[in-house]
Amino acid sequence: MTADAVVIGAGIVGAACADALSTVGLRVAVVESRVIGGGATAAGMGHIVVMDDSEAQFALTHYSQQLWRTLSPEMPAELEWDPSGTLWVAADEEEMQAVAHKHAYYVARGVNVEVLDAAQLADAEPNLRRGLHGALLIPGDSVVYAPCAAAWLLARAQLRRASLLADRVISIGRHSVHLTTGDRIESPNIILASGAWARELLPAIPVRPRKGHLAITARYPGFLRRQLVELGYLKSAHGHDTESVAFNLQPRTTGQLLIGSSRQYDVTHTSIDAPFLARMLRRAIHFMPALEHLRVIRAWTGFRAATPDSLPLIGPAPGREGLWLATGHEGLGITTSLATGRLIADAIAGRTPAIPPEPYLPARFPQ
Amino acid sequence: MPANFEVVIVGAGPAGLAAASAAVERSRRVLLIDDNPAPGGQIWRGEGRQPPRGVETWLETQVLGPLRPGLLMADRAGVPAQISYEKLILATGARERFLPFPGWTLPSVMGAGGLQALVKGGLAIEGKRVVVAGTGPLLLAVAAYLAKRNARILLVAEQAPRQRVLRFTANLWRQPAKLAQAFSMGRYLALKYRTGLWPVSAHGNGKLEEILLSNSRRLACDYLSCGFGLVPNSELAALLGCRIATGEVLVDEFQRTTRERIWCAGEPTGIGGAELSIIEGRIAGYAATGDRHSATSLFTARMRASRFPREMDSAFSLRPELRRLVHPGTIICRCEDVRFSQLTSHTTWRAMKLHTRCGMGPCQGRVCGPAVEFLLGCAPEGARPPLYPATVSQLALDRQ
Amino acid sequence: MIRLRVNGKPVSLPEGSVVAAAIALSGLDATRSSVRGEPRGPLCGMGICFECRATIDGQPHQRTCQIPVRQGMEVSTDAG
Repeated sequence: MTADAVVIGAGIVGAACADALSTVGLRVAVVESRVIGGGATAAGMGHIVVMDDSEAQFALTHYSQQLWRTLSPEMPAELEWDPSGTLWVAADEEEMQAVAHKHAYYVARGVNVEVLDAAQLADAEPNLRRGLHGALLIPGDSVVYAPCAAAWLLARAQLRRASLLADRVISIGRHSVHLTTGDRIESPNIILASGAWARELLPAIPVRPRKGHLAITARYPGFLRRQLVELGYLKSAHGHDTESVAFNLQPRTTGQLLIGSSRQYDVTHTSIDAPFLARMLRRAIHFMPALEHLRVIRAWTGFRAATPDSLPLIGPAPGREGLWLATGHEGLGITTSLATGRLIADAIAGRTPAIPPEPYLPARFPQ
Repeated sequence: MPANFEVVIVGAGPAGLAAASAAVERSRRVLLIDDNPAPGGQIWRGEGRQPPRGVETWLETQVLGPLRPGLLMADRAGVPAQISYEKLILATGARERFLPFPGWTLPSVMGAGGLQALVKGGLAIEGKRVVVAGTGPLLLAVAAYLAKRNARILLVAEQAPRQRVLRFTANLWRQPAKLAQAFSMGRYLALKYRTGLWPVSAHGNGKLEEILLSNSRRLACDYLSCGFGLVPNSELAALLGCRIATGEVLVDEFQRTTRERIWCAGEPTGIGGAELSIIEGRIAGYAATGDRHSATSLFTARMRASRFPREMDSAFSLRPELRRLVHPGTIICRCEDVRFSQLTSHTTWRAMKLHTRCGMGPCQGRVCGPAVEFLLGCAPEGARPPLYPATVSQLALDRQ
Repeated sequence: MIRLRVNGKPVSLPEGSVVAAAIALSGLDATRSSVRGEPRGPLCGMGICFECRATIDGQPHQRTCQIPVRQGMEVSTDAG
């Protein structure tokens, strides 16, 4: 068969690529052997957040967040869209200075943010422990249930003639992909969007799996209003230590709480590391002692696709004509998926992208 | 500090008690754990069974999952505990299979064993109009028990056809005494027993008031007590990495699982009833403590006892009509209120779970999993820790 | 006899009874309200289905079929 574009992988990024490519008029084929949104998409927290580690990260997250917001009125209920906002929690004066710095950064770029002092923070989230110094509130951040979001984006693409093939790509040729069934799809554009599994098809790609643990509680409506992240999260997320944990707590529209986060490199087994999960939960209790008595109904793990500079790979694969990369989104794949789809679609259609695409080009890494 | 034992047995039903009594012959460090406030499991609930002498017994204790090899995390009556073992015997028993039909979520529609357990737990049943339905000899045992507690048994509806049940009862002289007893029930119950009959729907405003039967008859009642056979509890075995095939834990002739130092006995290895469970439990207890001779001496008895469950399986297999009771709007996942129509476009359990929330609630698919398997042919894969909801502080391994 | 209260209503039961029996004795058929607001009562009687969950002494999500009644317990159901 033939297609104008083949998307490998139906996680949130693949689904967003299919949605964007079909919008510019291409006939898209998506290849996914397993459940839609069943990889890192299902394992993660589903946050849609602006981030300020670098100008490039800000530009991508901010652009993508606007795209999500535009879509939100059309979303079906099962996407659990929740504009709950994020509170970046400062544990000491040093972190409070970081709050002031971030505040200035976001204000200068037109993002609505607010500084909360200790009393305002205690008032906003009464279950946090006493003695915290304050927080930065980003009211525009939101949360979505990502597997259903992926399915929905894909369904939109299918309305524009995209097809979904329940098969697995075993190799990528020049302008073609080979499937386990022996079939071949000819296409001038092949988009590799299989997250941490991209290495199976392209061993040289600078993506490493970074394992995470998450736990979810029973329903406790009203316990928490906003997503909470400790400012120390940035050290955990962007340091490259083999193992780290950080407090990240999220209210779901069901009344459940999602407890994160953890990062482990060089671990390949999917099973729960109970002592490590315990460490993550102790971090959560440290910030929110009232969590102690709540019941966890399930814990699981997943693998993020991490790159050396914490920015995704979006654009042509160097030296491989017709092959495009859309992976390496680490812990921000849900946030940046829509922008990724647009950047890929704009490049293929020869349109001017809304943000400069250079910082995300795979060619930035030596081959 | 973990509590250290040579042999840890999870489950104090027939298999677990038998394993404990065999293991204690050679080991003085045997721990028997059970979730319930008393030993005996489901079948001997409320009968005052005692654990064997010399065996340490922790009741109201739930294993939450493995912490690392040789170490379990548990909740001992609300207090976090860590249990280290050299040998582990899983005797986690079985649960009832529930099949969805319109109205099955109404209050007072319960499991067959479920209603019996609650009556043993003090639920007042005297004078209540009860219909017992589903399949298997358990229905009669339940009806007999409830009748003894002065419930008004209106009907015992067995879904299996009459010929199959007759063939089965003709062989009763070789069956365990208890079962024969259930079938040689008094005249009163015999008059209420119908084969080839099952509930089609349950009706009522906020609670059960009336049921519709497959013969188009309507029957007003206070309770519908409804069980469609048993499902092995294999979740702990799955978490420990033991190999499982078609829901049953794989074991060798010594009841050894595919994992080092872990044995399994009773219903998790295949539904076989109490008699077989006891033999398997003893074999596991002997094998785990190195007494291969005593274990081997029970192989013949085990073979003999396993004939009966095979006969029972074929006599009480579920009829295909039971798959057609659900309507598109019938709730399948009771924890998350997922309806049948939401599931039918998906082809795997994982897709259903991720895209409809089926099985995502606190029961972790223990109820809807077997139902979905029967209705749509996709079985739940594996298990996720914790085995039962546990507090954050328990999983955080906080010392309090 | 063990005395306890269900949604504020006093009930007494023999020792060894479970909380689910106390809820029934108080006149309630349902122990909880489902996520779509349907009334639900106990199903399995053995601690696996979680339909009999209620709040006991301020702790939500307790399986009432597994917990023995204790003197002075305060039970509340969201279906009450």
